[in-house]
Amino acid sequence: MHTHLLLEMAADADPDRVLVGSRPHGMTLVGLLNAARRGAAFLDARAGATVTYAGLNGPCFAVAVFASSIAGRPFTPLNYRLPDADLRRLLARSAPATAICDAEMISRLDGVEGVELISVEDFARICEGEGEAPALPDADQDVAVVLFTSGTTSEPKAAILRHGNLTSYVLSTIEFLGADPEDATLVSVPPYHIAGISAVLTSIYSGRRMVQLPAFTPEDWVDAVVAERITHAMVVPTMLGRILDVLDARGITLPTLRALSYGGGRMPVAVIERAMDLMPAVDFVNAYGLTETSSTISVLDPESHRAARASADPAVRRRLSSVGLPLPVVELEIRDEAGEQVASGTVGEVWVRGDQISGEYAGKKAIRDDGWFPTNDAGWLDAEGYLFVEGRLDDVIVRGGENISPSEVEDVLRLHTAVQDVAVLGVPDQEWGERIVAAVVAPGGVAEEELRSLVRAKLRSTRVPEQIFFYESLPYNETGKLLRRHLRSEITAGLDQRVGDVLAI
Amino acid sequence: MALPAGTKLASAVCTAQGIVIRPPEADGEITCGGVAMAVAGEAAVAAEALAEPQDGQALPGKRYVDQTTGLEVLCTKAGKGAFAYDGRPLTLKEAKPLPASD
Repeated sequence: MHTHLLLEMAADADPDRVLVGSRPHGMTLVGLLNAARRGAAFLDARAGATVTYAGLNGPCFAVAVFASSIAGRPFTPLNYRLPDADLRRLLARSAPATAICDAEMISRLDGVEGVELISVEDFARICEGEGEAPALPDADQDVAVVLFTSGTTSEPKAAILRHGNLTSYVLSTIEFLGADPEDATLVSVPPYHIAGISAVLTSIYSGRRMVQLPAFTPEDWVDAVVAERITHAMVVPTMLGRILDVLDARGITLPTLRALSYGGGRMPVAVIERAMDLMPAVDFVNAYGLTETSSTISVLDPESHRAARASADPAVRRRLSSVGLPLPVVELEIRDEAGEQVASGTVGEVWVRGDQISGEYAGKKAIRDDGWFPTNDAGWLDAEGYLFVEGRLDDVIVRGGENISPSEVEDVLRLHTAVQDVAVLGVPDQEWGERIVAAVVAPGGVAEEELRSLVRAKLRSTRVPEQIFFYESLPYNETGKLLRRHLRSEITAGLDQRVGDVLAI
Repeated sequence: MALPAGTKLASAVCTAQGIVIRPPEADGEITCGGVAMAVAGEAAVAAEALAEPQDGQALPGKRYVDQTTGLEVLCTKAGKGAFAYDGRPLTLKEAKPLPASD
């Protein structure tokens, strides 16, 4: 089924529920449906075969998601923060397209062949008023959403999500109109992130009012939670640390907040513990998923958070850094390089299968014929089946034939009170293939040897970083992903430079 | 009768309504409380309203499936009647709601 049916159903069952924006003047379910129908009629009359969206989060984004679905046009939100040349290239790849964009984006995007631009304001005006129920397209296999991956080293890949992938995720994990009328969720992930898309779909279907933060700052986020009496929110790990700093500085907690989920990167244990201690009544959820899996495939639920925090058993305690258990509708296996399933406790590649898994890119399918998709994430399962994700497979350090997961070493280095942030990387080494280096942020200063002995004491000697570089801060993208490759090439280039200097003498 | 995904269904014997979310692999008749449902806004057949709730009565937000044909119906409004397809009662598909994650 098409994603717009989720809205049709919800609007039919509870038309006057305010779904987007502030009460009492926000957009109701039936208001959203009418807007989407009018938007669809407009899009249907354009030449564009796809609909792109370049702009901040706002009500128009939700309208555009469903209008595209009704019009049977793939929807492609673009990262408006990209440099002009990159953004225009992605727009050209989406052509022929109707491009909905913030007014101030028009001059940046104008003149791309096969692209018709319309501002968010004009689109919103077109969508005002009653909409007519059109003849609806419906096929599971139609393309619903195309998302460009962040592509830190090469040209971004266009990940394809079909209507069947997204609707099966929503139907199997969300209770229809199950939200309390007083509930409100704060969306702070950008529209071009899979979590931005799934937030729209799951909020509509659960009937949970959605408040959108145009762009994230920790101060705005905290203000919005207070002003809008927010009960639910999703953040990426870097956001949470900054939010806690604001709460500490203001000396407040967030009494309306009941559930806070996080994902999109590795959460430092110290940060989640700090959050749990500050807000013990809040239900924390760690959600793991990829663009290619239509969002969440594994969840560490609130009970597991509390059990891990309270436990004296190291195996249970450790689960605070796991992503919990796979969804009941997703099969998950850890496999070695030969494709064989490995025993619990052994690191391998995370493979998944299920209706929500697309595993597909424009021009290339990564999903196998039997439905299994290799995620390119390294991970392992503990004895109870809790999943630990160790990062991208490409980031695993291979030193003298031994696989070393950077996160294992990072977790130990973070234990040192002087260490604010850390990244552990492999750089080319003539003798070992790769050797371990660490990039450390420690504003107060710390002796290299102190950090090395800490790793040596907690892990094996082969895990000890051979070199430690000190940084003021580490590079992250705007959704909180550490730019490892960027950091690695910077360090490698620096090392080459030093070797060159030595040779020149 | 063909029942593509998105087809709206209304009971002739109670307040139940539903929507097809997975079409059946074989044509057949969808009933509620034993009487053919009104499909896609067509007029319902005349029938006496149910006095008492049936076993498996339609509950809003729940999904009901026919194992034989794969038909899946989401109940959008509650009613006293139970859904069936070609005489086979549809069974409740248990979904474990996820703690809010997006």
